[in-house]
Amino acid sequence: MHRKTVLTGLAGLVAAAALGIAGLPAAAQDGEPIKIGEINHFTRLPAFAEPYRTGIEMAVEEINAEGGVLGRPLEFVFRDDQGEPGEAIRIAEELMTREGTVMLTGAILSNVGLAISSLADRREWVYLASEPLADAMVWSQGNPWTFRLRPSTYMQAAMLAEAAAQTDAVTYATIAPNYAYGKDAVAAFKEVLTELKPEVEFVAEQWPALFGIDAGAEVQALERAKPDAIYNVTFGPDLPKFVREGTTRGLFEGREVFGLLSGEPEYMEPLGDEAPEGWTVTGYPWYDFEGDANAEFVSAYQEFAGESPKNGSLVGYSTAKSVAAAIEKAGSTESDAIRQAFEGLEVAVPAGDITYREIDNQSTLGAWVGTTALRDGGGVMVDWSYKNGADYLPDDETVQELRPSE
Amino acid sequence: MTPILEVRDLSRHFGAIRAVDGVSFRLAPGEMLALIGPNGAGKSTCFDMLMGQTDPTSGQVLLDGRDISGWPARRVWRAGVGRTFQVTATYGSMRVVENVQTALMSHHRRSFAAWPRFRRLYRDEAMALLEQVGMADQAGRPAAVLAYGDLKRLDLAMALAHGPRLLLMDEPTAGMAPAERAALMELTAGIVARQGMAVLFTEHDMEAVFGHAHRVLVLNRGEIIADGPPEAIRADARVQEVYLGGGAEALAAEARDG
Amino acid sequence: MGLILAQLLTGLANAGALFMVASGLSLIFGVTRIVNFAHGSFYMLGAYVGYSLMQVLPGAVGFWGAILLSGLVVGLIGALVEVIVLRRVYAAPELFQLVATFGVILVVQDLALAIWGPTDLLGPRAPGLRGVVRVMGEPVPQYDLALIAITPVVALALWYLIARTRVGVLVRAATQDREMVAALGVNQRWLFTGTFFLGCALAGLGGALQLPKGGADLLMDFTILAQVFVVVVIGGMGSLPGALLASVLISVLNVFGVSYLPQSTLVLMYVVMVAVLMWRPFGLLGRAEVAGELGQVGAPEEPIRPAGWPIRATVAAALAVLAALPFWGSPFSVVLATDILIFCLFAASLHMLIGLGGLVSFGHAAFWGGGAYVAALLVARLDVPMEVAMLAAPVGAGLAALAVGWIALRASGVYFAMLTLAFAQLLWSLVLQWGAVTGGDDGIVGVWPADWASGNTAYFYLALALSVGGILALRHMAHAPLGYALRAARDAPLRAEATGLHTRRLQLVAFALAGTLAGLAGGLFVFSKGSVFPNELEISRSFDALIVVFLGGVKTLSGGWVGGAVFESAEDLLTRFAFWRLTLGLLIIAVVIVAPEGIVGAARGLARRAGLTRDADPAREDAR
Repeated sequence: MHRKTVLTGLAGLVAAAALGIAGLPAAAQDGEPIKIGEINHFTRLPAFAEPYRTGIEMAVEEINAEGGVLGRPLEFVFRDDQGEPGEAIRIAEELMTREGTVMLTGAILSNVGLAISSLADRREWVYLASEPLADAMVWSQGNPWTFRLRPSTYMQAAMLAEAAAQTDAVTYATIAPNYAYGKDAVAAFKEVLTELKPEVEFVAEQWPALFGIDAGAEVQALERAKPDAIYNVTFGPDLPKFVREGTTRGLFEGREVFGLLSGEPEYMEPLGDEAPEGWTVTGYPWYDFEGDANAEFVSAYQEFAGESPKNGSLVGYSTAKSVAAAIEKAGSTESDAIRQAFEGLEVAVPAGDITYREIDNQSTLGAWVGTTALRDGGGVMVDWSYKNGADYLPDDETVQELRPSE
Repeated sequence: MTPILEVRDLSRHFGAIRAVDGVSFRLAPGEMLALIGPNGAGKSTCFDMLMGQTDPTSGQVLLDGRDISGWPARRVWRAGVGRTFQVTATYGSMRVVENVQTALMSHHRRSFAAWPRFRRLYRDEAMALLEQVGMADQAGRPAAVLAYGDLKRLDLAMALAHGPRLLLMDEPTAGMAPAERAALMELTAGIVARQGMAVLFTEHDMEAVFGHAHRVLVLNRGEIIADGPPEAIRADARVQEVYLGGGAEALAAEARDG
Repeated sequence: MGLILAQLLTGLANAGALFMVASGLSLIFGVTRIVNFAHGSFYMLGAYVGYSLMQVLPGAVGFWGAILLSGLVVGLIGALVEVIVLRRVYAAPELFQLVATFGVILVVQDLALAIWGPTDLLGPRAPGLRGVVRVMGEPVPQYDLALIAITPVVALALWYLIARTRVGVLVRAATQDREMVAALGVNQRWLFTGTFFLGCALAGLGGALQLPKGGADLLMDFTILAQVFVVVVIGGMGSLPGALLASVLISVLNVFGVSYLPQSTLVLMYVVMVAVLMWRPFGLLGRAEVAGELGQVGAPEEPIRPAGWPIRATVAAALAVLAALPFWGSPFSVVLATDILIFCLFAASLHMLIGLGGLVSFGHAAFWGGGAYVAALLVARLDVPMEVAMLAAPVGAGLAALAVGWIALRASGVYFAMLTLAFAQLLWSLVLQWGAVTGGDDGIVGVWPADWASGNTAYFYLALALSVGGILALRHMAHAPLGYALRAARDAPLRAEATGLHTRRLQLVAFALAGTLAGLAGGLFVFSKGSVFPNELEISRSFDALIVVFLGGVKTLSGGWVGGAVFESAEDLLTRFAFWRLTLGLLIIAVVIVAPEGIVGAARGLARRAGLTRDADPAREDAR
């Protein structure tokens, strides 16, 4: 009897899927919402993706309260890709051909972003890669249909390299996850720092497996090289392990440490009162804004979400604002019109006015650079300043070389 | 007459244990030779070496004068040796006739063929073999549901599929009811007589041994202690001693219990 | 000298948690013969439960008490899983139970997210053990020393339990000879439940013990699983001393690897694994598997026969409807159907290997991803046209399968499965870490079909032709001599050898063929997505295929593709909802319990009861 029930259930599932297959794309009509397809790793990286989603939801609420876009409400359709590029591609197809979305946004992992970007280029759909950091997104694999909001690996590494060049440290050791983001981050830091200060020397490079760090061994290996300074790119569950072992074994004593993204709340908060002190990091010091657009955003977000904003919240919010601005500028929901609108688009986001550069589709959103400290049992950034993304990009000629597609 | 099988000084040692130690014998065409001995005497090891399932430590196995010692089982089979198993080995997921067809297909070297339909291949030959062992009426049943005695007969049909000149039977009647035992041995004897093949079999059932073997080899602790016609073996004092320290009763008891 | 000693100590400290998780997995396998894919989930639960308890319980007593308690709690959860789910499926085909444990993984993932939230939790530090001890001038954390001290205590306790108590006698008996336990009149049910309790408790203990060195996060389950498999396989499945030896070996090797080969940490582990297994296929201290020990349990497989005309007509009609999909379905349905078709081919290839060959592979993703990478590399690096790349994918994957199979077939049963896993992981780590050629995890992007196949509809027809063609070819093969020879080698290997069949070569052919078709599916996949990334070679991809095959039904001819179609559709449907993993996990567990013979097997049973098909034993059916 049981058997029959479950089989019937399964048959029902298949039938439901089949019905779904036959569904027709919703025709876009006046007054109907303008839909945006948002693909992200909601189950794989919920700690990063959820604040981002909330940021979008808040922006959408604001936008619609002000009359929407082109007189129509804006709507984001969120879909989970489990962090798998293959899934993301299928979902992108579904969003664009069945859900009737007019463009795509999303992804945090660079490989997913690159996969969607390649599809967008082929199908001539606009894709705003909001969070993926890989330089390849807009450079080596860049294409006319893909735009990127967040400051890239190169830009953030360059910000830290600038800070590093002003210290006395000469010998550096690096530690970065053994995957593309880590490699890019180390390469960019080396390149910019060596340019600014040719006498620096890199004495050790450590490449722990992503999310599989053997922290004790890594710390010993770094200590063995006796560097003046350490450049850290580890993140996620690797970072607390590295920080704890390093602190316990005294690795950071008397050394300059530069941490890429380490100041973002997503990374800092899990460390609690064990957050490292005195690191130079890029991040998002939401707690210290006063009297500017950033402060307004923070308090509005806290009211909206009932929790403090993360970096992802800011990116999500800015994503929705950018999308709305582009469609408004395009005056249409046609893909090519939106694409053209994005070229050189200027948007006001909490961090300031940003531009989507025509030369490489990268936005000029920047990041905050500061020093870590402990306050009320948690890590914060102090002595921070906002670095405009536009100042940390290579010159136009170099960019053109880096971007073969245009 | 050239022997079909000649075993020369065959030994198998497992560490210090001499499972088979210097065994030699010959087997002529048309002869049924029984290999008996108490449990642990080395019968199975000996059998496995003949069939290529265990490598000898030393010594030779000659088939038609050709040294086949150390050959893998499948090559020994191709050289014309078939075997049946003590615990029947048939393909449970196939029908009876398909079991035999599989053996035939191997004999015709078609086992790697991916195109032809198996169902039609060698069907008539397979049915003829089943006929021979009296299983034709069960050809379409799954082998997994057969009664034990029928499995033994199927096993025999498979062993005969390539028309072997030497048949090795490991306890052919083990686990069968007395009436079935006699029938199976009659059947085997008839086939041997018709086809002129040689048979070497191990057996616990003394009725089967003394009723059908032309010659009996007695193995104890890895060595041959007697070799001769059944009557002589029955009278052999050493054999009686081995079977529970003497006395014909013991031998008779062994014959009764199997 | 001091540094080397300190590194050695780091390695030994790392070995602790690893040993506890690995010994639990090994114990469970040894006694119940279940490969517990969910073992990493119990480790993760141990970390989360331990974290929560440490928030409540104060001081040093609270800290250590919390660790012991989390072992207990996780052990109880494990026992519960055994009683509710696994106990019902011991009679199912070999290794079928791992499907249920996969369902448990999904359920635990969503429950942990719901209970503890998405943010990584930083583990509390051990009270009184925050500092370092100087050993020959090198700093060694006090907690490391505590771990080094605790591990032998746990190992000794386990040894005592197994070597000196009645329970231990039973455990050893069960590990060495299952029938003996039954003969001893032991209540096997409680022995199994108890073993599950102990094994999961060890995993929970390991999870809680590592808290001061890290914390709890939602990715821990799979991260540790790969490592634990490596340890258990190197040590020998079912061997506790082996697990200890291998944990120490791997951990110490890792520490030195980090210092002296920092780029190749992942590869190193799998190279060691493959090397050990080539030398000793059953692990360092493992025991060779007795042939047939894990043999098919449950009802014997039914004989097959080519489909009659009603079924052929139905299939032809269904195919016609499917082929007309672009005319009646939505544009997206064509994309979804393409994905499902490709996955069905992948599943069918593994199903052939398991169903006909009796060879369970845990690493089939190697050939799927391998084929995809062959095609993508040819296109991206050598600018080869799609047609050639699409041909090269199955050829390349087939050749790889030939090489892997040649080595892996030295072992059988679960060791064979583990060897295939080792090779798949080796390939994955190579692709991941050899970025110059493979693009690392940035993958290979921009691999799109040739113009004639570039539309979604055109590509759908290509996928339809190749997938359905491949599946029909496999089916045809099952009815050809090769299919029967394979089943002969699986049903009774000794008999097969004794009737002239070269069983190992047959199995190698099956393995290469499965690899070839998986490679074809991989080639189709890469052009449908335009890109390929290392996750196509991950363990979880191999698991996907495995789960699908078992869910579809091993002892049927169509289980592979049916399972693939149902699973892919269900997943596509469910991922639209929150907590879809929980739902999918429960669904899988339900199918496991209700239909241990798989979807197709259960459907056949139903059809028979309803009088739609005849019984399997028509005495004279074939005598015509």
